[in-house]
Amino acid sequence: MQVLSVEGLAKAFCLHEQRATIPSCSQVSLTCWAGKLTAIVGPTGSGKSSVLKCIYRTYLPSAGQILFREPDGKVTDLALADEHEVLRLRRGGIGFVTQFLSCLPRRSALDVVAEPLVAQGAQRAEARRRAGEMLARLAVPERLWGVAPATFSGGEKQRINLARGLISRPRLLLLDEPTASLDPGTSDLAARLIEGIKAEGIAMIAIFHHPDLVRRLADDVVELAPLVSVI
Amino acid sequence: MTQKILEVRGLSRIYGHGCPMCLASTGPEHDTNVCGHCGSIVALHDVGFDLFRGEILGIIGESGSGKSSTVKMLYFDDTPSAGQAIFHDEGQRHDLFRKNAAQQRSLRNKRFGMVYQNPHLGLNFQVSAGGNIAERLLMSDVAHYGEIRRRSRDLLARTEVLPERMDQNPKTFSGGMQQRVQIAKALVTRPPLLFLDEVTTGLDLSVQAAILDLILEIQQELDTAMIVVTHDLGVIRLLAGRTLVMKHGRVIEAGLTDQILEDPQHAYTQRLVASNL
Amino acid sequence: MNLNYEFPGEETGYAFGFLDEYAKKEVRRAILKAICIPGYQTPYASREMPMGRGFGTGGLQLTLALIGPDDTLKVIDQGADDSVNAVNLRQFILHTCPGVAATEKTEAATVIQSRHRIPEKPLTEAQVLVLQVPYPDPLVVVESSEARRKTMHAEGDYSRLLVKLYEDIVRFDEITISFRYPTRINGHYVIDPSPIPRWDVPKLDQSPALVLLGAGREKKIYAVPPYTPAEPLVFEDVPFRVEHFLDGQDRRRACVRCGATDSYLDEFSNDQDAKIFQCSDSAWCSERLSRQRREEVPA
Repeated sequence: MQVLSVEGLAKAFCLHEQRATIPSCSQVSLTCWAGKLTAIVGPTGSGKSSVLKCIYRTYLPSAGQILFREPDGKVTDLALADEHEVLRLRRGGIGFVTQFLSCLPRRSALDVVAEPLVAQGAQRAEARRRAGEMLARLAVPERLWGVAPATFSGGEKQRINLARGLISRPRLLLLDEPTASLDPGTSDLAARLIEGIKAEGIAMIAIFHHPDLVRRLADDVVELAPLVSVI
Repeated sequence: MTQKILEVRGLSRIYGHGCPMCLASTGPEHDTNVCGHCGSIVALHDVGFDLFRGEILGIIGESGSGKSSTVKMLYFDDTPSAGQAIFHDEGQRHDLFRKNAAQQRSLRNKRFGMVYQNPHLGLNFQVSAGGNIAERLLMSDVAHYGEIRRRSRDLLARTEVLPERMDQNPKTFSGGMQQRVQIAKALVTRPPLLFLDEVTTGLDLSVQAAILDLILEIQQELDTAMIVVTHDLGVIRLLAGRTLVMKHGRVIEAGLTDQILEDPQHAYTQRLVASNL
Repeated sequence: MNLNYEFPGEETGYAFGFLDEYAKKEVRRAILKAICIPGYQTPYASREMPMGRGFGTGGLQLTLALIGPDDTLKVIDQGADDSVNAVNLRQFILHTCPGVAATEKTEAATVIQSRHRIPEKPLTEAQVLVLQVPYPDPLVVVESSEARRKTMHAEGDYSRLLVKLYEDIVRFDEITISFRYPTRINGHYVIDPSPIPRWDVPKLDQSPALVLLGAGREKKIYAVPPYTPAEPLVFEDVPFRVEHFLDGQDRRRACVRCGATDSYLDEFSNDQDAKIFQCSDSAWCSERLSRQRREEVPA
């Protein structure tokens, strides 16, 4: 079942100070189905992250349609949806694993990962248990579970980020370079986790820096080309 | 679907007698709040927003932006020159600026909470920390000593104030602890709407983190709608789902917090975000 | 004071009751207003009297405005008819109100003016009790601005006062106010019932007699009308209690003079510097004593 359909998406940044319009991506179209992963590939600067951010509404799309279908059949154009709609969808339907972990300073890794479940109404103890399972599957050592991630290495932070993004099983999951800081072994663990999520019927759009992962995980590939900026 | 708890439209406040040129000669484009012709100060002009139950709305801006004034009007610390604010509570619709002083005080005591940047505005320094919280419970007609003690102790524990300090005067507390007593005091009546005005400004970083953590936990537990006023982008990013950006009394941009911070549309917002250390 | 002095009366233009008729009328109107709004501090034009402020001028003006030639007056100070202030006031009133009778017996009086005590003998509907008040506003300890106090009274917001009581319980496990106990009249206004002890506060509740309170220096009159609820401020789980007068062995002390164990006792030191207790209400004590003596004499 089709979860997301993007058509003619374009994003340009209007920088008032520099009096410049910087285009980021243009004429992007892609579709995404439940249980399938669509990969976005292209050289640096081709606007891959922008596409994900436009879908998540961190960026306001300059043009195009982003149609998201919910399980009950309701279709929303994310490009035009009002803020409360978007917040509602982010809570329940759309997840985003960003490149960098941003979280409250004092929360332990376990609580950071448990957070999305608690926000959905789960009991904290149960949420923590499932967070532990997730962290174990990503080979995060137990001695780190009670520690705040601020001092973790890049790879450790990324695994926390990934665990947090995957734990709540959103309908659509956006992944921006989820394995960038991971070594091959852990990268493989992450890939297996992603395969498992796919099997559960979650639709995913992902940017992978490693072509192997694209080959292994993607059911569909969209290629972007960099745009020439206009001064 | 969550419902609206607060609808603000056309909120304005001018200090001074005003003149026909006031609005045209003040604002972000003129980079001033002060009318060049009559000297009146346009602290707020045409501020409007909606707040939903259980939502955290951020208001960000620099000094003179009117962010604190907005909250002051809603908490009845000051009277607006124009505008309307509708508060939806328990199936009732309250037109806040049309209420008389007694009704406003009743809403303020029972249905709103406020945490000020300056603890001297929010706390009574002539009674103990527990006494401050007791005062708020007594204002909302709780008359049972044992219950007052129990609820005060619970809330102070939640805000991580040591139990043995409950009967001490807050004069002797650190800034962070005073803020925590204020938060406890504001929350003890379980208000559906809480205002936080620069609550972490001036506190040590570690204390700031603790308080932000506390605010989020409480928000999740009590589903309190909040308006968080700050000039600190980090606080906004951590707490608010949606944010208003204000400058010289006007709302110049409004949107999802991450969108405001990563894809700001207005020139001023872009400058503000780019200047963040 | 020269008891042979003839009151000039008609020649000088002094009215009956020393105050001119307009002054008395104004006080009476304030009294009526005070009765209509139980517990409300009614402002009035308090006159300068021939004694200093702080000596009962507020109570005095109430009495002078109300008393007539067919009234019987009793004046007490701390329960005693023969204390200096009581004597002065009584003589002044008798002098300026020719025809008024005086008594020490509570039951015989129609107007009773008192400082700091309510008589032990229950009052009747035919009597008026006038209490002398130094500071009428119970909120003055928590709020110095009169405007804000008025707002607090109007809105029935006594939370700051209750916090004071709360802090007392925290520190001492009980409310330590011993006199001037804040009392809520008719469910709204909280009054300072004047420096009467806690023992006397329950007498205000549903009193058959009208109780008037006058503060001369502060220029306020307030009232507890007959049969009006008067509840001391308490917490639901910390009840109001009166003085128990128990000695170290939990026995209720008795008056050394008449043996009463049901009246408010004053504490004195006798010539041997020992502590002794005596009824504060001298009329009550004397009546008990004379009844005992009659019983001793064989019929």
